[in-house]
Amino acid sequence: MSTRVAYVNARLLDPATGLDAPGALLTDGTRIADLGPRLFNDGVPEGIEVVDVRGQCLAPGLVDMRVMVAEPGNEQKETIKSVSRAAAAGGVTSIVCLPNTNPVRDDVSGLEFLARRAREVRLVKVFAYAAATRGAQGSEITEMGLLSRAGAVAFTDGIRAIESAKVMRRALSYANGFGKLIIQHPEEPSLASGGMMNAGEIATRLGLTGIPREAEIIMIERDLRLVELTGGRLHFAHVTTSESVDIIRRAKARGLAVTCDTAPHYVALTETDVGEYRTFAKVSPPLRGEMDRRAVVEGLADGTIDAIASDHIPQDQDYKRLPFGQAEFGVIGLETLLPLTLELAHKKKLTLLQALACVTCKPADILDLPAGRLAKGASADLVVFDAEVPWTVDPSTFKSKSKNSPFEDRPVQGRPLRTVVDGRTVWQAEG
Amino acid sequence: MTGPAATRFPHRHLLGIEGLTAGEISLVLDLADGYVEHNRKPVVKESLLHGRTVMNLFFENSTRTRTSFELAGKRLGADVINMSVDASSVKKGETLIDTAATLNAMHVDALVVRHSESGAVKLLSDKVNCAVINAGDGNHEHPTQALLDALAIRRRLGRLEGLIVAICGDILHSRVARSNIHLLNAMGARVRVVGPPTLVPSAIERLGCEVHHTMLSGLKDADVVMMLRLQNERMSGQYVPSTREYFYFYGLDYEKLAVAKPDAVIMHPGPMNRGVEIDSEVADDLKRSMILDQVELGVAVRMAVLDILTRDRRGAN
Repeated sequence: MSTRVAYVNARLLDPATGLDAPGALLTDGTRIADLGPRLFNDGVPEGIEVVDVRGQCLAPGLVDMRVMVAEPGNEQKETIKSVSRAAAAGGVTSIVCLPNTNPVRDDVSGLEFLARRAREVRLVKVFAYAAATRGAQGSEITEMGLLSRAGAVAFTDGIRAIESAKVMRRALSYANGFGKLIIQHPEEPSLASGGMMNAGEIATRLGLTGIPREAEIIMIERDLRLVELTGGRLHFAHVTTSESVDIIRRAKARGLAVTCDTAPHYVALTETDVGEYRTFAKVSPPLRGEMDRRAVVEGLADGTIDAIASDHIPQDQDYKRLPFGQAEFGVIGLETLLPLTLELAHKKKLTLLQALACVTCKPADILDLPAGRLAKGASADLVVFDAEVPWTVDPSTFKSKSKNSPFEDRPVQGRPLRTVVDGRTVWQAEG
Repeated sequence: MTGPAATRFPHRHLLGIEGLTAGEISLVLDLADGYVEHNRKPVVKESLLHGRTVMNLFFENSTRTRTSFELAGKRLGADVINMSVDASSVKKGETLIDTAATLNAMHVDALVVRHSESGAVKLLSDKVNCAVINAGDGNHEHPTQALLDALAIRRRLGRLEGLIVAICGDILHSRVARSNIHLLNAMGARVRVVGPPTLVPSAIERLGCEVHHTMLSGLKDADVVMMLRLQNERMSGQYVPSTREYFYFYGLDYEKLAVAKPDAVIMHPGPMNRGVEIDSEVADDLKRSMILDQVELGVAVRMAVLDILTRDRRGAN
């Protein structure tokens, strides 16, 4: 007989159905067997393990649709094991991995390698994107049909934009034949190349090469035309400018099959956080100004921006303790995704359920993943968290192998207490 | 009014002009004035820095700035060591942080650093325990150049306040332009930048300057015309169609200079591209051109900076 666990005295939160009520949840093996306000009103029967949640939140485990795992190729930055531990500690039960490994994950064996390592580690669910083009070089599309059969959830060149309009057209069109989505890093490379931070006064003052906002805007506008042309499905990763949000809002109103996400750093930080050459604030696309940051928050509030992804890009010191221009792009984010998402609710920009939807059911729906919901029969992927507890971000305590968090010393609120994957507790807060 | 000179310089390093007060700038300039006179004496060797070590650490090629610092250090009696770190040995894997640790172990008193990356000198300064002087970092700042330019203007025209200074040419790639904009603003001058739009960085006016795209409007009534080198070596891609076209529209010749004040002076941080940004006739006009004065004053300014930044360790404050 499979293990049954009753989570009692919980505040049940299910963004997909709008449930926010005190109650209990029962898991049976890997599945959610039952849940609701009245469950176990008459006590928990014999033979069921009881976890008293003590009034804390119980929600679907987080789904992080943008995670870089450096294995294979750069294991000193992050391995499948370390990223899984970081995810579990962050309340994230499903991660979707970018194809930018070395070699690039553009074939079936790459997918199989990742799946095998994830099975060995067996902490969180590891989903994979496959490259949209061979070697993520932007010229030839990959074997999308075979890759889909081998488990690729969508196609993207990850941290690289698909530059050629012709290749993008083919990719959108061809992937659509398999019902798959293309994910674009929306940045016109010829405008962004050599750039280090957002173009403008601060870049000029620091003598750093700027990346104009138009690099993003132009790519989004172009790609929307190609969606119209092909009837394909497209998702824009990490949108950062007010125009991007406006354009996508209008495209959605026209009925185009387009979705997008942003990352916590575009919600919580601006270009001023680059300060005096802080390489931990060097991200791609770059941190923008305050007006753009506000527009991104607006986009999340009105649903134009569908999801929040951590955009977890581990970089060890060798790639960050460098002059700004030589440092790599990217920040880690798995272990700050929950509190920074909750910050939107604490600041009353989004309701708690709206905020949680951005990191649970909405990314799951975009990628058609069986995750992100509290429902009978669904996978028992759960997070128990304290939505209010204040703490200060200290990357040295993080499970991620790289510590490149721009949020060091930031006061935040809300922290995971227990992470459950397929009914099994994979992480628990100490004490 | 920019007020009197400060009595002490409260900074450990000289990483840039941005953030310095008018009083602190005047302190350096006043001291440098003294060194100019000193340097014109037959015997110039001083013993102020006797037994002290100044290291020139140049990650980017330079002849004049390095020589100028070397001369400044030697005239103050310091031992000066030149360490050129070419790109290849950096590629061998030693990072800037490793270099800093090495230098700490060598116990130098002052470090003069040039690097091709903006912010690299600041990064190094955070990790070493001696005074650091920025001798140019990427497109960011070149503070001693701005100080010597200011000294040259002050000596020739008697003041900085209220002057119209036109900085012309490749503003985008110029650390000299940025340092000069900060300095001239602090001292109450009116700054204009003049160049083709492709070589003027975005939002530069927020640093405190007017932007002009023609020499005619940019040079009108100017007291000082500061020409910048067209930095072909720093450019990625094409910013101007040809040097011929550039010279036609932005190269300084007597015709363009005619709209400036009759006694306007001409400056150039060197090395010059004759016939690209400046006509030889103008460059060599002893009445107008201050290009050689700049070189002379550079040594004095660097002596002043070395003097000021080593005062704490010499117990001179």
